[in-house]
Amino acid sequence: MQTVFKKTPVLTDTIMHYCPGCGHGIVHRLVAEVIEELGIQDKTIGFVPVGCAVFAYKYFAVDCMEAAHGRAPAAATGCKRVNPDNVVFTYQGDGDLASIGAAEIVHAAHRGEKITTIFINNAIYGMTGGQMAPTTLVGQKTTTSPYGRDPEHCGKPIRIAEMIATIEGAAYVERVAVDTPAHIRQAKAAIKKAFQCQLDGRGFGLIEVLSSCPTNWGKSPAEAMDWIKTDMIPYYPLGVKKDVTTVKED
Amino acid sequence: MAKKLMKGCEAIAEAAIQAGCRYFFGYPITPQNDIPEYMAARMPKVGGCFLQAESEVAAINMVYGAAGAGARVMTSSSSPGVSLKQEGISYIAGAELPCVICNMMRGGPGLGSIQPSQGDYFQATKGGGHGDYHMIVLAPSSVQEAVDLMHNAFDLADQYRTPVMLLADGIIGQMMEPVEFHEFEQKQLPNKDWAATGWKGDRPRNIINSLYIEVDELQEMNDRLQARYDEITEKEVMVEKYNTEGAEIIVCAYGTVARICKSAIALCAEKGVKVGLVRPITIWPFPAKELREVMAQDSVKKEITVEISAGQMHEDVCLAIAGKKPCTFYGKPGSYTPTTEEIAEFIMKVREA
Repeated sequence: MQTVFKKTPVLTDTIMHYCPGCGHGIVHRLVAEVIEELGIQDKTIGFVPVGCAVFAYKYFAVDCMEAAHGRAPAAATGCKRVNPDNVVFTYQGDGDLASIGAAEIVHAAHRGEKITTIFINNAIYGMTGGQMAPTTLVGQKTTTSPYGRDPEHCGKPIRIAEMIATIEGAAYVERVAVDTPAHIRQAKAAIKKAFQCQLDGRGFGLIEVLSSCPTNWGKSPAEAMDWIKTDMIPYYPLGVKKDVTTVKED
Repeated sequence: MAKKLMKGCEAIAEAAIQAGCRYFFGYPITPQNDIPEYMAARMPKVGGCFLQAESEVAAINMVYGAAGAGARVMTSSSSPGVSLKQEGISYIAGAELPCVICNMMRGGPGLGSIQPSQGDYFQATKGGGHGDYHMIVLAPSSVQEAVDLMHNAFDLADQYRTPVMLLADGIIGQMMEPVEFHEFEQKQLPNKDWAATGWKGDRPRNIINSLYIEVDELQEMNDRLQARYDEITEKEVMVEKYNTEGAEIIVCAYGTVARICKSAIALCAEKGVKVGLVRPITIWPFPAKELREVMAQDSVKKEITVEISAGQMHEDVCLAIAGKKPCTFYGKPGSYTPTTEEIAEFIMKVREA
């Protein structure tokens, strides 16, 4: 019999703890498949965050370190400086990266750390039970913005990909989504490009992934995927924000 | 090797490099800037890496990542900066990673001053961050001793998979003294086979982590830490006993203050009063047993603790002596370093009281 599909060996057999309809499972698989395809499983070190992906070290079949909340880019820096031949990635949510870890991600990019960051933007704090994130949309109701996010009170959502793209040390920055099969294919290509950028020693790479959180959005999995398209993508436009690989070197 | 006149901070940095430290992550803060500055100049020459972090928070997390990758790694700071590192230190203790942290104490609380202090004793010896953990805390009283202790610091960290702190008052960092760098014997230390260096399938995956979501698993980790702390307490106490035999009064002090106390002891001797000094070199583990033994002598009537603090180590002294003999404290919080005469006068006053 012909094998038409096989789970990548870079994912373990551990049953994931994510909610039905959550985008993390999709992104985990994409990252793991990229690691497999690039043949770098034996030298990859994953830095996992505090947030819903806190147990990601159980799922990626690579050596991992659990970082303190928001500090993954700093911890990953320490690791990469010690073993530059390792392929080092951080996997972070929007509370972790865009709020408490804003300084660490900006400065990892600023130094041009040769690491890859997978940034999951689902516009909410998942693990702690649905609080407002810096990425929460205007008017979006969360447990700490019960009347909807009011920009007069707490500002407008932050666009991380665009911000990081302004930093000299950033080599590859792209925003993708996992709401449709076509977008998922694009997301995988983007993740692969960011890892390749690290392998080529070009600098810091960040892929922002618009992802779903049906549980804390109060939606069904299908409604959540629709909401990415109808509400998130218009505010967070998809596409490549920075790509030094297209810039000719002198 | 010939003696060299060196500033404390620079001597500490050089000693760390000679102890095999090849990674340093730090952030500027007075009075310890000579450590990162020295590292910035020296590390590239020895194939190491100095990196100025964006904050003390980032620096300690870089230490976490480097230690998790198996390196000999260090950071340094001074009091307000060390407060910022506490989260990371707790994670390092929880993930059982070896590293060395240097704190050149300055006056507090808050922004305090940039003059010397011993106000971080509680923070250093009682945990500092969240959770039940300790660091081994080494407290040098001279530049030479700081140099000698650096080698111990890295070995102890590797042996027990624990953060080790070199806790010095700002005087140690800023003064110049003649120092000699000795050859140290290479200790047989455990392999770092737990480090995250890339999984090739020939061993279980290495996960550097302090998260144990199940109560039983967290208990097991804490039991392991506590057993390790018991072993450290049993084996690694370092203390100097000076002039203690047959002394009438025992002074307890650490760091630079202990040296001032020695001069005060000489002044008392001129007046025919025999005063001894117990100087903890490890302030965690605290030399409680050694202090009790000295205090148990019939000749000893009273104890006096001297610190540049409101009496922080004094609490450990009182716990060790357990009310068996009177204990008194001399010192001020902030940055006031007491003089020889002041201490001698206080000793004579307590004696006559």
